[in-house]
Amino acid sequence: MKQLLILSGKGGTGKTTIASAFIKLSNAKLYADCDVDAPNLHLITRQNTEPEVSDYYGLPIAEIDPQICIRCDQCRRNCRFDAIKADRIYKVDPYACEGCGVCQVLCPTDAIVLKPAVAGEIRLYASEQEVFSTAQLRMGSGTSGKLVTDVKNQMKSAAVDAKCAIIDGSPGIGCPVIASLSGVDLALIVAEPSMSGLSDMERIIKTAKMFGTKIAVCINKFDTNLQITERIEAFCKQQGLDFVGRIPFDWEAVKAINKGQTIVDVKCPSGDAAKDIYHKTMELLYDESG
Amino acid sequence: MKIAMPVNEKDMKTEICVSFGRAPYFFFYDTEAKEGTFVDNSAVASAGGAGIKAAQVIVDNEADVLLTPRCGENAANVLKSADINLYKTDGTSVNENINAFISGKLTLLDEIHEGFHGHGGN
Amino acid sequence: MRIAVLSGKGGTGKTLVSVNLAAVAGSSTYIDCDVEEPNGYLFFKPKAVQVEEISVRIPAVDNALCNGCRKCVDFCKFNALAYIKDRLLIFEEVCHSCGGCMMLCPAEALKETEKVIGTVQKGTSDQVHVHTGILHTGEVSGVPIIKRLVGEGKRESKDLTLIDCPPGSACIVMESIKDADFCILVAEPTLFGSHNLNMVRELVALFQKPFGVVLNKCMEGENPSEKYCMEKGIRILGRIPYDGELGKLNSNGDIAVRKSEKYNAVFSSLLTTVREEVQHEAASDT
Repeated sequence: MKQLLILSGKGGTGKTTIASAFIKLSNAKLYADCDVDAPNLHLITRQNTEPEVSDYYGLPIAEIDPQICIRCDQCRRNCRFDAIKADRIYKVDPYACEGCGVCQVLCPTDAIVLKPAVAGEIRLYASEQEVFSTAQLRMGSGTSGKLVTDVKNQMKSAAVDAKCAIIDGSPGIGCPVIASLSGVDLALIVAEPSMSGLSDMERIIKTAKMFGTKIAVCINKFDTNLQITERIEAFCKQQGLDFVGRIPFDWEAVKAINKGQTIVDVKCPSGDAAKDIYHKTMELLYDESG
Repeated sequence: MKIAMPVNEKDMKTEICVSFGRAPYFFFYDTEAKEGTFVDNSAVASAGGAGIKAAQVIVDNEADVLLTPRCGENAANVLKSADINLYKTDGTSVNENINAFISGKLTLLDEIHEGFHGHGGN
Repeated sequence: MRIAVLSGKGGTGKTLVSVNLAAVAGSSTYIDCDVEEPNGYLFFKPKAVQVEEISVRIPAVDNALCNGCRKCVDFCKFNALAYIKDRLLIFEEVCHSCGGCMMLCPAEALKETEKVIGTVQKGTSDQVHVHTGILHTGEVSGVPIIKRLVGEGKRESKDLTLIDCPPGSACIVMESIKDADFCILVAEPTLFGSHNLNMVRELVALFQKPFGVVLNKCMEGENPSEKYCMEKGIRILGRIPYDGELGKLNSNGDIAVRKSEKYNAVFSSLLTTVREEVQHEAASDT
């Protein structure tokens, strides 16, 4: 089973727009939304079934019992994350606490315990035809990387007989992106032709390369800046990266997405371009020689 | 020789687990005494670095080899430091894999994946 | 006055808004907290840049002193340590730098070393102080860099400070808005945009930050984000229309207020509204 991950570096370039189109085109039975911070794929794929929902536990959070606390200040002074405040009582900031346990070990009166904490929710939509794994991280949470891994694991273990899995990724280059890259056969990078887009694309490519992932690049809204589009294409050529196509800016695409439809559900220029890119991407995905 | 395997249940009919770091249990089989024991994998609840902790469990139980479908980079480093060789399992049967190993039919696991760098294991 | 600019969804125009508000204000500070994909410096092209490395503390072991008690291995919640064949192995990228292992070691065999994870770069562009945080590729968390960026700025807080935040609503965003006086939420008129606007609004409410919304890329027809604001009684601070000219300036890395009189006026007006809103909030607090 091959895994295709759609990334971008910069936010708002069109990952979910393209991922949803690919899912439609491939009649994908297996797909996931790894943008656990701001998941959007479900707004387009619109499942009919109710999901299986489970709590996602991130790192445990320390809690201080004010009855036992003797205000010795050891915990606050040694907390590397500034997670303990001393007001009327000593209190742990649940958003800053990383569950390291230093305070617990140092406390002379055992006033501190580490408690499991729900950091989000993981959802599985599973029917006979298809499996869609997604999640929502609670705001302010850390450990998004682990939740991403859980989303992928959930997708894989609900294994339906599928040739390929399509994964909608998240922006950035940090831990959730790194977690999503593991085990992926091909990362399709959706670039935007702008100075910011170019810079962000270079950084995500550098990151994907560190993890030895095969990379393909496409440009969305290419006609908003032809000069930078050409720069991106030249960059890909120079780096030996597969360039799989360009999609024009298309008002029909905006309309379709706003209606909760994919760009291949309607007849439009961006949909046509996406189809082309889809075929090239699938070819690369199954190409063993690469 | 002591053989270790990640397994799903504490039962001889169990299947080999697809994950090493987060396997619920490990099965240790002594080829001379011809008997085995199940051990809980304390790494299973880890937020991160599960492979490392799981590898520590394997080392602490004095295994000589590990039979597993996959293994991440950090765990592989731990096992390598302990001179424990990794072999790739074939199918999910515990007995079949033990026999295959003894008759020299299993190959060394050479595809070590990059691991999840602390974000969970697979 | 510290104003954080965030959005939930990526690509809505946080950098556009924060860069242009900082530029139109004259004397100001712009802090780029999107340390994974910083973009503000591409527009400001700051001069006289000073670079400071940001590092985290990682343990290093002297195996000669280590007595194999394994207190550190057993303590570490992140499994960053393993004890194999009389040697302690340390896994840097899994380490969260809590310092616990070093505190617990009875043999004082663990010492701190520093691992550089990124930089903070400070320069100027006309009258704007530009502070940029950059996470090195491959590193997992930019939180320590954001802490430095936001923590330092406090001393200059009489100045107008714009904090350009990362997308999403996870811990990196939370760090970026922690010390803000006011939050500007930038929303785009799409289904995804309004959906993510809701999430980030919950985040600012959780941190009890006064906020308002700037609607960007506005077009004719229904705007789901505007609708959301109306429904929730959220203050709309301004509307920036979808405009090819602005898009071009932006994609070429130009600061719109410095190149276009029209946009200088648009952002000046927005800045005035924001200032009034912040003062209004401050007054109603007292």
